[in-house]
Amino acid sequence: MITAGVDCGAKNVKVIIMKDGKIIAKSSISAGLVTKPSASQAFDEAVKAAEITKDDIQNILSTGVGRKEADFARGEIEVVDADARGINFLMPNIRTVIDVGAEEGRAIRLDATGKVVDSATNKKCAAGAGAFVEAVARALETTVDKMADLYNHSTREIAMNAHCVVFAESDMVTLIHSQAGKPDIVRAVFAAIADRLASMMRRVGVENNIAAIGGMALNGGFIAAVEKEMKIKLIVPEEPQYVSAIGAAIAAAD
Amino acid sequence: MAEEIKEFWRWPESRWTNPEIDPKKGKIITCGIDVGSVSSQGVIMVDGELYCYGNMRTGSNSPDSAINAFNMAIEGTGLTLKDVQFTVGTGYGRVNVPFGNRAITEIACHGRGANWMYGPKIRTVLDMGGQDCKVIKIDDKGKVTAFLMNDKCAAGTGRGMEVFADLLGIPIQDVGEMSFQVAEEPPPVNSTCVVFAKSEAASLLRSGWPKDKVLAAYCSAMAHKVLYLLEKINVEREFGITGGIAKNHGVVKRLCLELGIKATEPKWYNRVYAEKNIPFDTQIAGAVGAALFGQAFAEKGGK
Repeated sequence: MITAGVDCGAKNVKVIIMKDGKIIAKSSISAGLVTKPSASQAFDEAVKAAEITKDDIQNILSTGVGRKEADFARGEIEVVDADARGINFLMPNIRTVIDVGAEEGRAIRLDATGKVVDSATNKKCAAGAGAFVEAVARALETTVDKMADLYNHSTREIAMNAHCVVFAESDMVTLIHSQAGKPDIVRAVFAAIADRLASMMRRVGVENNIAAIGGMALNGGFIAAVEKEMKIKLIVPEEPQYVSAIGAAIAAAD
Repeated sequence: MAEEIKEFWRWPESRWTNPEIDPKKGKIITCGIDVGSVSSQGVIMVDGELYCYGNMRTGSNSPDSAINAFNMAIEGTGLTLKDVQFTVGTGYGRVNVPFGNRAITEIACHGRGANWMYGPKIRTVLDMGGQDCKVIKIDDKGKVTAFLMNDKCAAGTGRGMEVFADLLGIPIQDVGEMSFQVAEEPPPVNSTCVVFAKSEAASLLRSGWPKDKVLAAYCSAMAHKVLYLLEKINVEREFGITGGIAKNHGVVKRLCLELGIKATEPKWYNRVYAEKNIPFDTQIAGAVGAALFGQAFAEKGGK
């Protein structure tokens, strides 16, 4: 049986094609300004990579904030459910998941079958999501990737006043002028995000093992910072940005 | 041909001098400097009368912004810093006013300034600033009796509005008026967060909403956010609004409608000022309050 999962995120569209419980193709492209054509394009690319035709696919489920834009999908699945199914497939011993995407952060607790026990999502505020980190990277004239290295060079703790992405951008200017070094600013930012995630995790209850997924989990420095700030151990699957799409593809085979 | 990059968020800076006052004849000259997170103002008062002011964007550091605001205020007046007897700094950069004799919180200054500008009947002041939003309750002398503030989130603040004006490509001073050019009031955007509201607005535009309708939905959401703050404090009449957003009718009118209390017209309580058409700039309230505190200190012989 061949199925597909399409994850239309705020920033990227990810597609996974599975055949009899195995991933046979994947694709990821920028969602751009208009998600609809991006979703179609990502799907076409995955189909091509799988060396199949669209007619070979028996079911397609979409997920993510822009899931309605994937009009070729035959159904939808909630992000938390897709996350839980995906991580359970990849790492069955995971009981808690933190998913940090471009615009949303969420914490999910799941059982051994991949069923969601509890979840908390931050949809109200962009602080605590990838957009926050990107805004800081822009203001510091660095890249999200380089922030990991900067974090390791931090020598002191400084408090960050801004909780809001919009304010953080202007706050950076003040911090830089107050002679705070970039590494210390990066640390303050990561600590602020870890704080947000911690409050979401407390709401759902933390049970080992804990996985980090979503685009932000690709950033080693961010993961190290969250581990340190929260005093927990995080397991990051290979290609953590695809977990939701994998979960959607698995659910499509039900 | 290269297209000119327009800065839609950039609001007009302004300055003004009262031609009828000769500062050389005045006994006490005081200065109020309000270094806010987004805008900075300098106000000079001669014997407690408004002589001149400057209102400009805050730069990347507070001391320079304070100096620039002062220089803008005294431009063309012949005054220098030496002529000023007492300077009070306020706003988030108040401790960084290099020539300040005192620093007083913007809450106290906005209360005092609003009392002086709007008159002694004002009991509730809503200060919608660049990066925060405050509700200040004052007595008939302008003394603060209670206050609440939101400085955690850009929704309902000037910065949030700037980001939005830029996104839609609408000059910020046109946002209010344009938001009323809709046949029917749309529901507010769902997202309070400016970052999310931006993506929501982008998708509304794509789905065919005209810009004015998106603006209406955004202004309405911002009004909601501020209303939430106002509901936590018992709003007493009269109700005056200060700060930059006070100039945005798109937010103010919707807010007053939902609150069920009309905001006092931004007009001088001082009849002479009103008759002479002295500009009533809601952004200078903090600096006016600071200059008035300076006047009181100077009268007591403080330095």
